[in-house]
Amino acid sequence: MTSKPINGGEALVRSLELEGVDVMFGLPGGAILPVYDPIIDSSIRHVLVRHEQGAGHMAQGYAHATGRPGVAMVTSGPAATNIVTPLLDAHMDSVPMVCITGQVPYGAIGTDAFQEADTTGITMAATKHNFLVSEAQDIPRIIHEAFHIATTGRPGPVLVDIPKDIVDPTNPRSAIDWYEATDADMDLPGYKPIKDGDPALIREAVELIRDAERPILYVGGGILKARAAEALRAFAEMTQIPVVTTLMARGAFPDRHELCLGMPGMHGNYTAVMAMQESDLLISLGARFDDRVTGKLDGFAPTAKIVHVDIDPAELGKVRQYNVGIQGDCRVVIEGMLEAMGELGGAGVQTDRTAWRSTVSGWQEKFPMTYEQSEPGDKLKPQFCIEQLRDLNPADTIVCSGVGQHQMYASQYWKFDHPYTWINSGGLGTMGFSIPAAIGAKAGMPDSRVWAIDGDGCFQMTAQELVTATVEDIPIKVALLNNSYLGMVRQWQEMFYDERFSEVHLSDRVPDFVKWSEAMGCEAIRVESPEEVAPAIERANEINDRSVVVEFVTDARENVFPMVAAGKTNSEVLVHPSQQDLLS
Amino acid sequence: MNDSTPNQRWHTIVTTVENKPGVLARVSGLFSRRNYNIHSLAVAPTDDERFSRITFTVDVEGTPLDQVVKQLNKLINVVDIQELNPADSVERELMLITVHIGDRRKELMEIVDDYRAYVLSEGDDRIMLSWSARPARLDELEERLRPFGIVELQRTGRVALPSLDN
Repeated sequence: MTSKPINGGEALVRSLELEGVDVMFGLPGGAILPVYDPIIDSSIRHVLVRHEQGAGHMAQGYAHATGRPGVAMVTSGPAATNIVTPLLDAHMDSVPMVCITGQVPYGAIGTDAFQEADTTGITMAATKHNFLVSEAQDIPRIIHEAFHIATTGRPGPVLVDIPKDIVDPTNPRSAIDWYEATDADMDLPGYKPIKDGDPALIREAVELIRDAERPILYVGGGILKARAAEALRAFAEMTQIPVVTTLMARGAFPDRHELCLGMPGMHGNYTAVMAMQESDLLISLGARFDDRVTGKLDGFAPTAKIVHVDIDPAELGKVRQYNVGIQGDCRVVIEGMLEAMGELGGAGVQTDRTAWRSTVSGWQEKFPMTYEQSEPGDKLKPQFCIEQLRDLNPADTIVCSGVGQHQMYASQYWKFDHPYTWINSGGLGTMGFSIPAAIGAKAGMPDSRVWAIDGDGCFQMTAQELVTATVEDIPIKVALLNNSYLGMVRQWQEMFYDERFSEVHLSDRVPDFVKWSEAMGCEAIRVESPEEVAPAIERANEINDRSVVVEFVTDARENVFPMVAAGKTNSEVLVHPSQQDLLS
Repeated sequence: MNDSTPNQRWHTIVTTVENKPGVLARVSGLFSRRNYNIHSLAVAPTDDERFSRITFTVDVEGTPLDQVVKQLNKLINVVDIQELNPADSVERELMLITVHIGDRRKELMEIVDDYRAYVLSEGDDRIMLSWSARPARLDELEERLRPFGIVELQRTGRVALPSLDN
């Protein structure tokens, strides 16, 4: 191997190139300055953001859409603290991401130097792992380790904190003998992710499946992380077991498939919620029994046995005790289950489930998703806007959302037929996620159409990244559902606080979203009546040389249904008021 | 047989971790973040300088031991974890204690002899003792000495190894 002296900053950039990084998101500053010099000569495209939080969410959006680790690079101190939210977001949603932060010179650490923050200390609970690099010579190895940890096992964010002196060519501490780090260089004695499921447990799981009368495949984001959508489809079709896809797994199984029941949980549809609740066997694949799915835990799926498959053994039994718990990669385990089912005699040996199928289809007929269309002169119904967007865009459109009512409407009313087309902040629930995530997704998938579905509360948190989209020529489309409220909080205050609305009304007057969007270089369209909706979407779809913001002025009185109220069991699901009489 | 206390509420976890800066913070941070309760903690390098051993006693009344172990295992720097059930392990803890002597020196020295504690230092009206034993026995000695008036007391936290007789 050739070995020539280069500096740590060059070694860092070269290491990123060797990991296959094509795009990174960041913003320079004092401590990371020396690394920004070799960026000029690198093959990596650097996207200059307007706020470090944007860099983090862009890296997440990139990772969600491409399956490759997203990379963000920012300086020390306030830049590092600004990216903590995306790191924790990625940690909660198992998004592979590598974040490089600058740090004050190694010798100055602990002196409260300018822009010093204890970045590794602060991000310990917000990352899968983090490193503080003390020697330039370790940079290639640690970058390789960071990508390895971020992308294997249960994926997650890894932060590498780099003191300025080891990347600054004017400092002798930055000199290194270059080497291309390989797996053999890694020094991770405590990290041994396991992919293969135990065959005996797989056999036990399949026997439970064979004998179940009311089974449900409960599918979470782990299916997407494991690239297991095809295996899942094969298993569901073989066994003819209905599938629910959690908020993190929308698109992992096609919504238009006859076995798909859609999203379960707090705002899941009635059939998905009840099918889990009445099931006698939940086959949980890469899901984690989140409280937003289970409702009140001790009333959740009371008659169900549990098969729980997860690559993270700590998820098995964390919330709900399992009957069979299998540690392993979802794709590998599902393929094992397919084979084991074949060995048992194939799908034909399963218990007859005619009654279960008719129960489920009965729920589907009785309780479809529904809302009331707006009266003439009223503001738009947000669900109508989503349905129009859905119908006027191809099925492989990538949809990113923020957090709140608009997120639930998007998940409920869009039809996700392809994996990796739905990007949102599930676990952490980070408002402002959608615009930067959409930019990251578009940067990673430039040939895909990317729509951000946003609310007016979220938009005002991260809209400045539309400037980034304009300057960096990463055109996205934004559907802004503007009801002038923090809508989800408003809904809770209406339903659970006697309509005492506290600090949820944003403003009917300002900002002027059209002017603001135009100021950021976007085409902007305001839509106020139903007949304007489709033409505005069509016009937005025709504009590809810049970002487009379509502001839909929506009805703040609209609430998200169905709903399982906090502290209630899923059996107490509230359906749309117009369906309430149908509940027997 | 062994000499440990059959108290199932406390479980001992012996972890081998990489001997790197910040590892103890990661481990203790995990306990506080997940709301697990550390009862006792002892840390020292092993015979291999690349690794340290952290011995915890955890209160497993609120949290299943299994979850604590699995979450610890997710820390990249944790290399190995052994769970020691009190019934199958030997635990020791060291106590240093300074007490007043007063006018009961003879009585005090009888206790010292009883427990085979060491006298480390003696001054005007004060005596410093050291004793190593299983934690429950240390509690016992502490209670015997309390009436004399405890000036200072320091315990190390327990260390443990699997017992050999089962």
